[in-house]
Amino acid sequence: MSTSTSGYAATAPSATPRRRARRGAHTSGLGLGLCTLYMSVIVLIPLAAVVVQAFNQGLSTFWDSVTTTVSLRALGETLLAALIVAAIGAVMGTMVAWVLVRDQFPGKRFINALIDLPFALPTIVAGLTLLALYGPGSPVGIHLAYTRAAVIVALLFVTLPFVVRSVQPVLIELDQEVEEAAASLGASNAITFRRIVLPALRPSILSGAALAFARCVGEIGSLLLIVGKVQIASIVIFDDIEGDAPHAAASLSVVLLVLSLLILIGLRRLGGRVAH
Amino acid sequence: MACAGWGDALRISRPATLSLRAVALLYLALLLLLPLGVVFVRTFEHGIGTAWNWMTTPAAVSAFWLTVKLAAIAVPLNTIFGVGCALVLVRGHGRGRAVLDSLIDLPFVVSPVIVGLALILVYGEQGWFGKWFVQHGIPIIYSWPGMAIATIFVSLPFVVREVAPVLIEIGDEQEQAAATLGASSWQTFWRITLPSIRWGVAYGVVLTTARALGEIGAVLVVSSNVAGQTLTLPLLVNQRADQIGAGQITGAYSAATELAIMSLIVLLAMTVLGPRRPESR
Repeated sequence: MSTSTSGYAATAPSATPRRRARRGAHTSGLGLGLCTLYMSVIVLIPLAAVVVQAFNQGLSTFWDSVTTTVSLRALGETLLAALIVAAIGAVMGTMVAWVLVRDQFPGKRFINALIDLPFALPTIVAGLTLLALYGPGSPVGIHLAYTRAAVIVALLFVTLPFVVRSVQPVLIELDQEVEEAAASLGASNAITFRRIVLPALRPSILSGAALAFARCVGEIGSLLLIVGKVQIASIVIFDDIEGDAPHAAASLSVVLLVLSLLILIGLRRLGGRVAH
Repeated sequence: MACAGWGDALRISRPATLSLRAVALLYLALLLLLPLGVVFVRTFEHGIGTAWNWMTTPAAVSAFWLTVKLAAIAVPLNTIFGVGCALVLVRGHGRGRAVLDSLIDLPFVVSPVIVGLALILVYGEQGWFGKWFVQHGIPIIYSWPGMAIATIFVSLPFVVREVAPVLIEIGDEQEQAAATLGASSWQTFWRITLPSIRWGVAYGVVLTTARALGEIGAVLVVSSNVAGQTLTLPLLVNQRADQIGAGQITGAYSAATELAIMSLIVLLAMTVLGPRRPESR
């Protein structure tokens, strides 16, 4: 589901045989050109248009637009929600990964496959399921819909696989002899976990949580039905677009874009994996 | 499973193991299974007939086919681009590769709403390219071509990101051997490269399909949201759930069940194809 090491260009075989270089030079240039063209038409030019729109009335107008009460509150709500979700997701995701790797119980394969459900299920369905469960007429008598709590639950749902799928492979590869050695030297479980297991897992937990955080910052599909009046940034941008205020929408978008880019760069520095 | 038969390195007592297991499974049940179960129950609470009627209204049928159409456009295009781009990134040797490589992941981190906004600014009536298209009678935004571009955008990197690691792993010795024996680049690709990356491609296609079928944020912004014309199944769920009317919510649940069934099929394909999944190691 997840894995993809970044930096393929750098990892390509360095000792490229001269013969192939001669033969493929033109095709490679053409391929690179076509790929760049496709990326430009679909992704790069449109994103550039957002940046242009945000700044076309000058820097001060952009600044005024992102520092309105609405924008600032939206950014605050979004970042807070993303932080909470990343934190809960890190703890629960690690626990789920642990149980899936180290525990044995019937139905484990099914549970393991189930982890990917939030990636496969359309996000609007995720939102509707939460509305069905926690909305008006809730069968369990819990009314969370249209509150911050509902936003947190929805975001926990859509980001569940990130930490689990990031920690799981590392946990499988982990050398258990070190843990055995620690235990035989009298370390308690808590100490063994904190001193041996956790440091080994930390990069994968961190990159999983960062991906979850990034996803939260931009998420909209699962929130549409349950967000109510909670001012999440993506919803505010959507309302601005619908309300024919492209400049306000573009300005807030640029802030979110910068945030996402920083996370992307941070993950690459971490040598981490970029999932989706 | 890779972990079968491992000793208990952390000697966790039986009760502790059981409670960890219970907490993890309860969390998954509350977060994943219970909500999904409720949707199925709500869909069929007024009988299968009612649910079936909601699934076969003209709006629902049109939404189903539009969803399929958008996926049918986005998946092949992104697959061709994905394989080509992975080849360029891993096997090519141009200066621009590093830049392209770092830009590929952008669609994963950009909010879908921003994707919609970006497409309006470029392909909308007032947009950079939009004016030309409107003058030539080709509407893009608020009709299906815009929705198709939005779908392509959000599902763009999956195939590249699945195929590139496989290309690195298989190396290029066989390709070089084929070239030495006189095969053209084209022959080498079809006879050697493609067969060895086919599972990676297949998995990338499954992920692309899942995303294309379920996308809502970007598509919502560039759709005119007219039932029977520019509603996809996710948009239909959204619209029906928002409308207050007798039974509309059952309609929303019915459309959601359709999508859920589609995604269960996708999930099954993921489980079967998942190339580097932990359990298959």
